[in-house]
Amino acid sequence: MPKFDISGHRKWWFLLSSIIIIAGIVCMVVRGFNFGIDFTGGTIIDLKFDQPVTIADVRTSLGKYGLDGSTIQLSGAQSDVTASEDVMIRTTDLEEDQRKEVMATLKDDVGNYTVLREEKVGATIGGELITNAVEALLISWALIIVYVAYRFEWKFGVAAVLALVHDILVVLGVFALTQRQIDSSFIAALLTIVGYSINDTIVIFDRIRENLKLHFRRGGDVDVLVNTSIYQTLTRSLYTVFTVMFTTLALYFFGGETTKDFAFALLVGFGSGCYSSIFIASPLWVTFRGWAEKKHAAKVAAK
Amino acid sequence: MRKDSLLKLIVCVVAIVGIFLAFVQPLANSIRQGLDLQGGTHVVLEAEDTDIAQVNDDAMNRVVTIMEKRVNALGLTEPIIQREGERRVIIELPGVKDPDAAIKTIGKTAMLEFKDEEGNTVLTGTDLKDAQAATNQQNGQNVVNLEFTDEGAKKFADLTTKNVGRTIAILLDGEVLTAPNVREPILGGKAEISGQKSLDEAQNLAVVLRSGALPVKVNIIETRTVGPSLGQDSKDKSEFAFAVGIGAVLLFMLLFYRMSGFIADVALMAYTVMLLALLWALDATLTLPGVAGIILSIGMAVDANVLIFEHFKEEYQIQGKTLRLSMDAGFKRAFTTIFDSNITTIIAAGVLFFLGTGTIRGFAITLGLGTLLSMFTAITLTQFMLKLMIASKLFTSPGAYGASGFMLWKKEDLKRNA
Repeated sequence: MPKFDISGHRKWWFLLSSIIIIAGIVCMVVRGFNFGIDFTGGTIIDLKFDQPVTIADVRTSLGKYGLDGSTIQLSGAQSDVTASEDVMIRTTDLEEDQRKEVMATLKDDVGNYTVLREEKVGATIGGELITNAVEALLISWALIIVYVAYRFEWKFGVAAVLALVHDILVVLGVFALTQRQIDSSFIAALLTIVGYSINDTIVIFDRIRENLKLHFRRGGDVDVLVNTSIYQTLTRSLYTVFTVMFTTLALYFFGGETTKDFAFALLVGFGSGCYSSIFIASPLWVTFRGWAEKKHAAKVAAK
Repeated sequence: MRKDSLLKLIVCVVAIVGIFLAFVQPLANSIRQGLDLQGGTHVVLEAEDTDIAQVNDDAMNRVVTIMEKRVNALGLTEPIIQREGERRVIIELPGVKDPDAAIKTIGKTAMLEFKDEEGNTVLTGTDLKDAQAATNQQNGQNVVNLEFTDEGAKKFADLTTKNVGRTIAILLDGEVLTAPNVREPILGGKAEISGQKSLDEAQNLAVVLRSGALPVKVNIIETRTVGPSLGQDSKDKSEFAFAVGIGAVLLFMLLFYRMSGFIADVALMAYTVMLLALLWALDATLTLPGVAGIILSIGMAVDANVLIFEHFKEEYQIQGKTLRLSMDAGFKRAFTTIFDSNITTIIAAGVLFFLGTGTIRGFAITLGLGTLLSMFTAITLTQFMLKLMIASKLFTSPGAYGASGFMLWKKEDLKRNA
């Protein structure tokens, strides 16, 4: 078994994560998030080209201005056509000069068109959806703690939920730092990360529970117990993160422009989720257990 | 016994792979897809100034809110409802089969009035507390049952008391819906609109009445079909990416766990078909967040198998059990782990489903169902086929089942820590 003492070095992991999270929060405060048109609204441009065009053509042309993440839809009688004269583009609000430039480039690259309409559009995601999601998440965390407290003990539940809060903060921080766009699919990505993180953590906790029952004597070294449990499940932790990463990496590299940020959020989240299960969740449990023991010892001494 | 097991195994594998190859594509195509993946109908509404109401910012925001209520009540998943410019609202509905009916319902101003014989408006839609469609048990007519607010109930009692023996009229957007004869005063705060052609029509009327009247008159100025909001190009690429990702996962299992991995791959195929069939049967609408739920649930299905095979390896290498006993113990020990880790995920998915809206619900349903199914396939199907394979003695070397694979720890570690 590897000799490296993961649990014993927990102060370093806590420090590392604190630094990453604090840096992330600073980024969130200073730079804010780059919200997509789902949240902020933008401009809708409706074009009628002289010749049928494909979305890929339009997207490549818009990409010259970093607008390749725009919503581009063909319209017509059928929705499953691959080329059409009618193209509807939703993009972020543009300055007048840039707008003219974009429109001219589009004409050069793709073909001649007439503008059917061009107007500002509002947001499609209301604050209600977000409050609703946050409420649902908080309630699900409370229930997870209750379930884990029932099946294991409450210290495991709190440690598991703290680890997934860690993962959410890491992803939010990375998005604030890189200023990647946050759209409606980002919410789904965050929820996916929560699902992965909790699952990954519980597997290691399950092993700790088993070893606690079978191989642990009173007064034994908890760090050794936790390290053993982590190493016993490490192959599985790595294999599982690899398999979820396969699909996400494929989506990131081979998927389209509009799902890139979504895949990126998942990649960061899965990475963080795997890390936090090993380096944050179990060590947190050791810390909580230490506190409880100290309290208990103090009580005994007082008697 | 030996030949019997082999035969059963071959039948299982051939049946699953066959069903997978034959049905995965048609099933995937027949599941309803959302606006982001398939597109739908693009409707533009424009508000109009009338003598009664002028179009302003506040009125437009209320139009958007009411539209959201109406579209949600119609049961359409994850629509786009968006203000455009000063006086327009864009509504995009996911691939509805009969867009006309939906658009007709949405576009109604839904101004409800109760008038006496002299033509005085006594009650309006604001006096309504609830409206529900129903079929009248006595005459089989399709009706909308109205329930008034306290104040509305008083007004209605007053109206019916004063007009016994005369007719009152119920109007929607100025058109008479029904003009019943008042036989006796109605004091209970309830009324019924009869004369609906079908239950669907009654339901649509109930929807617009419940969501309230629009503050201004709106006209539908444009409807057309649009492609997926994700972009057809992105969708095609993502489908390819998804196939590559899943292929890599299948290959990974095969390489690391050999024949056990092969069985797990077959079980994963069965899982995929079952999940798609379930989504189809439930008439669920699949959107990108739903696909995220599927990706995660596939990950969990693989995880369940990895957990089983790691325990199996452990039993074989550390405890020194035989192949068959190691396998039994592997499934047994992995069960509690799979159970606890999946139940926590299902709890989270359940809460998101019951409390969430739109995007969040779509994610929760695929994740929740996927996790349940993956638990089932890993525990029953993989186990069943693997036992058949071992009994068939097709492969007898433990290495063929991935039992001698790499492990981070040895038997001595166990003693040291005790």
